[in-house]
Amino acid sequence: MRIKDRIKPHILATPPSGIRKYFDLINEMKDAISLGIGEPDFETPWIIREEGIYSLEKGKTFYSSNAGFIELRREIAAYMARKYDLHYDPAEEILVTVGGSEAIDIALRTFAGPGDEVIIPEPSFVAYKGCTMFCGATPVPLELKAEHQFRIQPEQLEQCITDRTTVIIIAYPNNPTGAIMEYEDYAKIVEVLKDKDIVVISDELYAELNYKGKHVSIAQFPEMKDKTIVINGFSKAFAMTGWRIGFACAHPDAMEQMKKIHQYAVMCSPTTAQFAAIEALRNGEPEVRRMVDEYDKRRRIMYDGFNKIGLACFEPFGAFYCFPCIRSTGLSSDEFCERLLIEEKVLTVPGNAFGACGEGFIRATYATSIENIREALTRIARFVERVRK
Amino acid sequence: MQQEILEILRTNSRISNEELAVMLGADVESVKAVIKDMEEKGIIVGYKTLIDWEKTNQNVVTAFIEVRVTPQRGKGFDKVAERIYQYPQVKACSLISGGFDLFVVVEGKTMKEVALFVAEKLATIDSVLSTSTHFVLKNYKDNGVIFDRNGRDEREAVVL
Repeated sequence: MRIKDRIKPHILATPPSGIRKYFDLINEMKDAISLGIGEPDFETPWIIREEGIYSLEKGKTFYSSNAGFIELRREIAAYMARKYDLHYDPAEEILVTVGGSEAIDIALRTFAGPGDEVIIPEPSFVAYKGCTMFCGATPVPLELKAEHQFRIQPEQLEQCITDRTTVIIIAYPNNPTGAIMEYEDYAKIVEVLKDKDIVVISDELYAELNYKGKHVSIAQFPEMKDKTIVINGFSKAFAMTGWRIGFACAHPDAMEQMKKIHQYAVMCSPTTAQFAAIEALRNGEPEVRRMVDEYDKRRRIMYDGFNKIGLACFEPFGAFYCFPCIRSTGLSSDEFCERLLIEEKVLTVPGNAFGACGEGFIRATYATSIENIREALTRIARFVERVRK
Repeated sequence: MQQEILEILRTNSRISNEELAVMLGADVESVKAVIKDMEEKGIIVGYKTLIDWEKTNQNVVTAFIEVRVTPQRGKGFDKVAERIYQYPQVKACSLISGGFDLFVVVEGKTMKEVALFVAEKLATIDSVLSTSTHFVLKNYKDNGVIFDRNGRDEREAVVL
């Protein structure tokens, strides 16, 4: 037997992420600037790192309860109430996960299976489609449009729903577009969803990175709360990507089942990260503010820069991405990114890596220093001018 | 806007007015006006560069000096402080609480030069009672900036 003959067709059918190949190229380059990595460039704030270190020094190296330390879940409950007016019972409705990624996976496994359809607004974070396919379910793309600032339109949503739809994934502030949805936007899609038997998986990892007012969650709508799984975490808000810690909040009936997958698959989240996360929620707020303010300044520089270069960009109010349109250059997204990398040593990610409708766009992150952003914009301007000649 | 401009300038005073305007979502003219106003009011008193002299081939020796003085009638500590801060070698001078009165930062090319300055100039001022000199051996962090920070981007390629 060859081992590869035994691999399941639905695993083989799942494409690897399209982002990878560019990273391999950039690793060999000197003076390259990466606008490709979707990860904060800040180190985890020291007060948070220090708590992790203390916990290790004190020998706190054991498992926590499967759902996570109750102390942490209480802090999460308080945080969700304080920041987003979402109220969950720490004992029954909150699960500490291995990053937001695990939460996405177990939520999908709980609610999607063979024959089911999962609506994924695209362009989107690459894991939704993959995880959906691992469940044997069918991803149904909902094509977001730049003219709608990449917000979900109720008519589009109606068109995607069939009687096989079991889940819709909603992810704002959005990776890769930087789009947000405001209260009125949600109100319109809640009208569509409220009477349907569809579970919402709301990935709100970038909730803190909202540069236009307060973050809105679809779970704030009373008619949606019980059928929404809210996913949030520490990676983006507190610059804790490597700690692998996030959480899910849901109705106890959903949580009970999700917890089973979690406990059999990963037991519990890393405890060092859990201790650090408690400190993050208790005292990390000023550090979050500091980072968000810094991102906001970089955001303005990048958004302004792309528009000056003539790469039309809608104003991104969330996350740390700009998603400019590059059609005016006559290049495809892939060509643009590859040539930009080879000719000017600037790494961006082609929009179509996030779904077919991302073609004609590129993703550039401003999670890098202002000096880098400035230099990258100079190089992009030079490149675009050359291409247009 | 004043506060926001100060927050940015205190970490990077080289930034242009145009960039400041973009970062703050304001127009260049009003940014210019606010800065000019702050300069005139003495809120912004200078623009300096933070240098790690260790990495240059110039010798710069810094000493922190605690100075005890007798305050003068009617003038308090201001008069003696003024005598001290006039020396170009004195880079900073503050009135402090605690066991000493003035905290003085002195810079020179060699330890001997600094020590002689203290012995011959500072200590001999009439109202100076005593001095205690601490030479800086290594700077770890200054003005909020960690000196020997590895600036490499250590983020690895990850699918996201």
